[in-house]
Amino acid sequence: MILTKEQQAILDGSKGETMAKVMKTLVMYGDAFGAERMVPVTSKYNHLVTSFGLKMMKPVFNLMQELIDAGVTSEQKFSVDPRPLDKNVPANFLQKLIFNKFMYSTQDFYEGQLKELGLLADDAFTCTCYMDEVGNKPQKGEVLSWAESSAVVYANSVLGARCNRNSGIIDIMGSIAGCVPEFGLLTDEGRKATWIVEIKTTQKPEAQLLGSAIGMKVMEAVPYVKGLDKWIGTELNDAACTYLKDFGAATASNGAVGLYHIANLTPEAVEQGEALIAEGAQVYVIDDAELERVYKSYPVIWKNPDAKPKLCFMGCPHMSLEQLKSWTDKVEASLKEAGNKKVVIPTVFTASPAVLREFEKTEYAARLKATGVITSYICPLMYMNNPLCAKMPVITSSNKLRTYTTSRYYTDDEILMQITKGGVN
Amino acid sequence: MKVFKGRVVAPGTVTAEALVSHGGLNTLASFQKALQFGDKTATCGDQNNPDLYGKQMLGKALCLPMTIGSTTGGLVLYCACAMKRQPACMLFSKPIDSLAAAGAILADVWVDDVTMPVVDSLGDEFLDYVKDGMTITVKDGGEVVVE
Repeated sequence: MILTKEQQAILDGSKGETMAKVMKTLVMYGDAFGAERMVPVTSKYNHLVTSFGLKMMKPVFNLMQELIDAGVTSEQKFSVDPRPLDKNVPANFLQKLIFNKFMYSTQDFYEGQLKELGLLADDAFTCTCYMDEVGNKPQKGEVLSWAESSAVVYANSVLGARCNRNSGIIDIMGSIAGCVPEFGLLTDEGRKATWIVEIKTTQKPEAQLLGSAIGMKVMEAVPYVKGLDKWIGTELNDAACTYLKDFGAATASNGAVGLYHIANLTPEAVEQGEALIAEGAQVYVIDDAELERVYKSYPVIWKNPDAKPKLCFMGCPHMSLEQLKSWTDKVEASLKEAGNKKVVIPTVFTASPAVLREFEKTEYAARLKATGVITSYICPLMYMNNPLCAKMPVITSSNKLRTYTTSRYYTDDEILMQITKGGVN
Repeated sequence: MKVFKGRVVAPGTVTAEALVSHGGLNTLASFQKALQFGDKTATCGDQNNPDLYGKQMLGKALCLPMTIGSTTGGLVLYCACAMKRQPACMLFSKPIDSLAAAGAILADVWVDDVTMPVVDSLGDEFLDYVKDGMTITVKDGGEVVVE
């Protein structure tokens, strides 16, 4: 890699040993992918993936402390993934004890580190930092040093920003150095599609199921999706963006997709059309039978597959304001139909603190509360990742949550049936 | 016995028993038990990976196409190395992905006494040939001997 004089000097130690290690990490990272140069990070804010003060993550805290002690921090402030704890979310005495005294006993310490490193705001904890209410929304063409797979794929695909699927820790290092190695999704060539996905379903495909199917098929490749505009339109309105948020998160967690193009909808596909498709691209046809096959392939790892669900999580990634409102309508209507006043399974809808604040200003908030649904800013994934919660029969319509935990996936309609009527039929 | 040649991402030599994943390794899902719950054998917890689910990864020559999933993947791998719960080596049939590369590089630069040789671009034939339990020797220069 060819470095500028300043970058080379930093690598040689002009700004101290720790800063030299930061630059060395980025240079090695670029070398692994044949990057020829560094390019400046141009977004206003950064986004980090590591939000949890998990006791066992001591090596991460040590590294962060090394950065703080050396005065090596970024001028770029950042948002960060959701907090792992929220007292609003149901937990029994033993779970609370384990969460607070053992698993996340270093949460306050780590949040202190994040503040020293440049946390955007005390409540800038969400995986959907790109929501208007949160304010960390990059512009088309900006270069990012973000991590969080669902945010990276959204920023690349829906917003047209440029970001590789950076790992945690690499995210902050690019921000500190102010530059990232140029490879992969930062290049025009790397943004070309090597898969064509043809949607031939007879109804609007479930976002999280479609994303899962595509992620598992194309893995890290860039898919160009044809036929989805028939179902979600050709305008990036709130409903389409919400759909793509959930779709993208599933492609990124069930596979390793960092960028997708939706014909006639996402910015680069609108601008360049099929010129984005690389020569020799493979084709994946998705019809109703293929989605059914994918759905049936998910293993159910509950000890008792017939157990009655004890908890339902919606919002991985965090829900949008549009989603909270539409789900309020759906839950109310379904409860009325069933003759129930409140949800029959404890249900948590998660969203960013900023979105929840806006939601609270609407008449929907009181209506949703009346249904018994709890709202929270928690990370459901972090809530689930312990032996006590892992034994619980938890249901979700998040394919990301299904992938990383023991929770069981159902489609949105099935979730609605479960929480309002107590069954899927 | 067969010899494969790849590209060195993290240097080192080692001999270990092969553990093979034909699908992508979801690093977070695979290692979270090892990191969070004191599982010192690093038993794979990824329910979507039938090749590895429930198998010990510690000390094995992990043969795989790539890693997938959450962008915590690199730091998870870095933590596994810092906590001495890493595979003996990681051998990729494809060019390495950004998360696995980050994990290997972070461990190399920021952890003093870690050794986890990483070789990529070994080719599809490598994954077709290698089976669980075979003995793998990683030599200098990206040479991988499978027997």
